[in-house]
Amino acid sequence: MPDYNEFLARIFEILKPFAKQGLILNEETELVTDLGLSSLQVMELIERIEDHFDMSIPLNILPDIRTVHDLAQQLEKLTRS
Amino acid sequence: MSLFDKFQPIIDIQAELQALGVMPFGAITEKLLSSTEAIVDGHKVILAGTNNYLGLTFEPECLEAAKQAIDELGTGTTGSRMANGTFAGHVALENELAEFFDRRHAIVFSTGYAATMGMGSTLAGPGDVIVLDADSHASIYDGVRLGGADVIRFRHNDPADLDKRLRRLGDRIENTLIIVEGIYSMMGDQAPLAEIAEVKRKYGGLLLVDEAHSLGMLGAHGRGVAEAAGVEDDVDFIVGTFSKSLGAIGGYCVSNHDQLNAIRFAIRSYIFTASPSPSVIASTRAALRLMQERPYLRDQLWANAQRLYDGLQALGLQVSPQVSPVVAVTIKDRNQAIDWWNRLLQLGAYVNLVMPPASPGDDSLLRCSVSAAHSAEQIDRIIDAFASVQGSAQAL
Repeated sequence: MPDYNEFLARIFEILKPFAKQGLILNEETELVTDLGLSSLQVMELIERIEDHFDMSIPLNILPDIRTVHDLAQQLEKLTRS
Repeated sequence: MSLFDKFQPIIDIQAELQALGVMPFGAITEKLLSSTEAIVDGHKVILAGTNNYLGLTFEPECLEAAKQAIDELGTGTTGSRMANGTFAGHVALENELAEFFDRRHAIVFSTGYAATMGMGSTLAGPGDVIVLDADSHASIYDGVRLGGADVIRFRHNDPADLDKRLRRLGDRIENTLIIVEGIYSMMGDQAPLAEIAEVKRKYGGLLLVDEAHSLGMLGAHGRGVAEAAGVEDDVDFIVGTFSKSLGAIGGYCVSNHDQLNAIRFAIRSYIFTASPSPSVIASTRAALRLMQERPYLRDQLWANAQRLYDGLQALGLQVSPQVSPVVAVTIKDRNQAIDWWNRLLQLGAYVNLVMPPASPGDDSLLRCSVSAAHSAEQIDRIIDAFASVQGSAQAL
């Protein structure tokens, strides 16, 4: 079962192309404000994580996610539930 | 920060459109000349964006039934189905819908939105799971959010992705509702329902299909995609609307599950709203009857759909993935889509302008819907209007 750090590593990898020059991705990077992800791109990010970890992520968790840390934390919570 | 800040993007788009002198989201239909022609914003147009698939809005039998209902029963029911708003007509329409769909039970709602939203929010609640097609209609998304179940999307029209999602659920499949549409409203593409039903048979769960854009179009009786795919027994609930092929307003759910009559009294969008007006019920009943008596309307509809699809495709436009009464032209640039919409209107073709997030991706759409009542000549004039707009764009 993947842990927080594994989720984090994968999220960083997927988000790398979205980081504009000079922006270093970290746990506090905000998906919409800092990276400018559209709602469609957020859904694509979710789908790629789902495929990689063979898991389904309910839409219900999205309102609680602002940063990379929030996402990794919610994913870890899902795998524990 | 104020409550109004979040509306600023809408205010900006409105200002942008106003500067261009175009108001695609507030076009005023000033006069209806027939079910396929009208005066819109001062222009005489062919209506190619009204979802009036069978063209029944001016059928004498429907008009007469509505008028008679007004004379006998008044203009409105003034109450909920659960209080004073159940008239004999509502019950008769439910029986007729059940008979048409060959199901034991039916519920009539005041709108299609209330039907899908109500069923989605009531069937699955906290602790339950909803697995829905990613391109589902807003009324479905609104409903499932309200219900509080865990909501999982699967990739649009992808039974293999649905398979993965259901497999991952394990025991939770027993409390799972799968939701798909028959024909998707924006692109007009059909659900691969036979394959979806097969996945459902493999794992379990209940299946709800929204046939809003497929009633009267597909299947030997016109019951929709489920009938055409031969999987009606696998579909637990069919929901839909009276506001498209039946030319009125209202919604329905039909099912063989006896629990539907109990569920009815748990659906807030059924209980806490006034029931459909008697005239609406009367014209819907007449239209439902005509739809069954005139199967040739389906043939006319599909012939027109094919003609429009072929014509727009021949122009080299990026049309929907498959032929259907909804033919959408994808325009990458939003401003170009707005410009084309406006020019089409001036050239006598009314279509729908759809911009993200209402369109499935990042692109905008010029969405056409075809009617059985369109003549071949009208379809050709719609194609000519697109050709003319395209020609002037290429000349620039």
